[in-house]
Amino acid sequence: MSFIVPEKDRSLTPGSGDGLESWVGSVEELRGLVSDRALTGETLLLNMGPHHPSTHGVLRLLLELDGEEVVTCLPDIGFLHTGIEKNIESKTYEKAVTLTDRMDYLSPMSNNMVFCSAVEKLVGLDVPPRAQVIRVICLELSRIASHLVWLGTHALDMGAMSVFLYCFREREKILDMFEMLSGQRMMGSYFRPGGVWRDLPADFLPTLEAFLDDFPRRVDDYEKLLTNNPLWIDRTQGIGIVEPEEALALGMTGPTLRGSGVNWDIRKAMPYSGYDQYDFDVPLGEHGDVYDRFYVRILELRESMRIIRQAMKAIPGGPFRSENRKFVPPPRAELGRSMEAVIHHFKLWTEGFSVPDEEVYVAIESPRGEIGCYLHGTGGNKPRRVRFKTPSFMHISALGKLCQGHMIADVVAIIGSVDIVLGDSDR
Amino acid sequence: MGVVSSKLGNLGVVTTTLETAVNWARTGAVWPLLFGLACCAIEMMATQASDYDLSRFGMELNRASPRQSDLIIVAGRVTRKMAPVLRQLYDQMASPKYVISMGDCASCGGVYNNYAIVQGVDEIIPVDVYVAGCPPRPEQLIHGIITLHEKMRGERFTQWIGKDQPA
Amino acid sequence: MSIKIAKAADPVESLRAALPDALLDTKTFRDELTLIVKPESIISVLRHLRDTPGLLYNFLSDISPVDYYNPQGGYDGRPERFALSYHLYSMLYNRRIRVKVFLPEDDPRLPSATSVWPAANWLEREAYDMMGIVFDGHPDLRRVLMPQDWNGHPHRRDYPLGYEQPMFSFNVEEIAKHKPFAKE
Ligand code: SF4
Repeated sequence: MSFIVPEKDRSLTPGSGDGLESWVGSVEELRGLVSDRALTGETLLLNMGPHHPSTHGVLRLLLELDGEEVVTCLPDIGFLHTGIEKNIESKTYEKAVTLTDRMDYLSPMSNNMVFCSAVEKLVGLDVPPRAQVIRVICLELSRIASHLVWLGTHALDMGAMSVFLYCFREREKILDMFEMLSGQRMMGSYFRPGGVWRDLPADFLPTLEAFLDDFPRRVDDYEKLLTNNPLWIDRTQGIGIVEPEEALALGMTGPTLRGSGVNWDIRKAMPYSGYDQYDFDVPLGEHGDVYDRFYVRILELRESMRIIRQAMKAIPGGPFRSENRKFVPPPRAELGRSMEAVIHHFKLWTEGFSVPDEEVYVAIESPRGEIGCYLHGTGGNKPRRVRFKTPSFMHISALGKLCQGHMIADVVAIIGSVDIVLGDSDR
Repeated sequence: MGVVSSKLGNLGVVTTTLETAVNWARTGAVWPLLFGLACCAIEMMATQASDYDLSRFGMELNRASPRQSDLIIVAGRVTRKMAPVLRQLYDQMASPKYVISMGDCASCGGVYNNYAIVQGVDEIIPVDVYVAGCPPRPEQLIHGIITLHEKMRGERFTQWIGKDQPA
Repeated sequence: MSIKIAKAADPVESLRAALPDALLDTKTFRDELTLIVKPESIISVLRHLRDTPGLLYNFLSDISPVDYYNPQGGYDGRPERFALSYHLYSMLYNRRIRVKVFLPEDDPRLPSATSVWPAANWLEREAYDMMGIVFDGHPDLRRVLMPQDWNGHPHRRDYPLGYEQPMFSFNVEEIAKHKPFAKE
């Protein structure tokens, strides 16, 4: 594969391992990771994934089984490692937003948000109130959309096909609204440093209103199908229990942590984008099992609706993105009138803006938990280092602990309940 | 397809060649492999779900095993770590088999021209239909599938032979 | 029952008092407090921050490595080439802190924090995989994202991004010559 990397850097291309040949390891390398019984062949080593219908993507699990019981579970990720962090280092800050969309592809808006907030914090840019409220609406809509995909696939894994079809029906409506906003169904890149890309279109709010009127009934439907369903309860209660202290030590966040009863939601604890103006509850579980995590998310669907309703009423007027022309391009109309606007426009689209040689860490609450962005500028127009701390990465690392001692059929339930997205974990 | 010979009266007779009949039957029952990689897989799921309803094309049945499927929709970016797995899956499928490369990433690397992503899945497996878009809309995927149907209809039996042999 | 909660203390002073030679420098940028500490004493610093009443930084948010490599030489004003930031969060006092260590270019190595937080396990594996920072005492220091036999550490600044010439209609023939198209 010499032509992938320029000739002079050939030594860095894994000549032996450019990854294109399967790497075959030996059982010896697992010594210390699996129990000694596996090395003698007393227990069974089973490979699950990376292509498996219920690993939610390209996750690979190495299971050590004693009969049907899981003795150890070693997750293996990286099958979707995209090098987004490295790629952003060669992009200006405005262009990089496009790449962040594609990490956690179930809620691209949260990734946009965390990256834009990091840039805004680094350069000290204020976001006008209208943009903040629009952002909250979008974030909560994408939380609903993401939870719907999670609910559909989680139920599908456990054998409930119809929930999947219902969930996607509602999700399409949200995607239609995103398309209205940004022109794209999923990867909108709607948030930009300093605000949002454009103002709300005229028919957005009526559509949202209609959706909100309809949606509570739909959530009732899902609950009717699952919440009290004895089959569902049998398969989920008492499975994959994680104690609060353990959950914290393992770095779990979001609904997975709250399912164990730890009350930590960044929207409440460290409000961003004006979340402190809204009145909403943080649903908590009690037992920390699969069922509680499921129910916490169902309640979150309803809370998100509450937030959106309040936000819709409170959309202030004013600009939808910052007027600071050093960082935000001027609107098209201004270009014909003002020479200064032309200069700013040219500067921003050819070179981008410069940020100080400093570091910040910003975290927000994505549908899966704490997504953090560590951004280090160079003083120039491109970042030195971008690092995303993603919730799925931490959750997958904890998967081994969660699965221990359960039946192999429960592994599927546990994977579903921590709501992993491989794009999120591998980046 | 064949000719309904109205000259023969209302007998409902259809004449056709065996090839056409077999190909027609095949287009109506393509079984795709359940293979999702990244963001495009979510759009693929949306295509299969309620609003776009892929079962109109006889594709509601996703097989989890490559041995039972004849179409692989590579939905998403293929990394260097995933590439050998993908090739192995492709090799396990029974002939005749088809590949749709869905999305920019699978077709050409998309926005990621970097160390981790294979720049186009056609470096790993031969592709029949490329679907552009990031992610492609469900309509685009459906168009890709219809394009594949067209290709299948035009196939000769002789082309099947040797599809598995290394060239 | 009333639980007594100690008043929030200043982490810098508390650390100065407890571990006088661990702390090298502090810095505040946009309300984010950074403690720069010695790599050898990182474990005792983290333990102190986690367990002292008044600090209780009980949650490890992230371990972020950064590379100050400059092709023109030097490390952009930093003492060493690599740096590693531990982002901690205190649930009780609702505040964050960053603990930063600088690591030399030729042997970036420091003790593993897995004994303090199990969550550090994979975060350190990633730092090893992507930046080549070695953690002593880590139970399972393998690559986590890249294939096991990969050469080099991709997120170092001197690792090439990787480049393949994009194919357009004007250069399709030239590229198709060496593009390794797959066979059946
Ligand atoms: S083409 Fe776009 S949507 Fe599809 S996998 Fe690539 S980045 Fe994701």
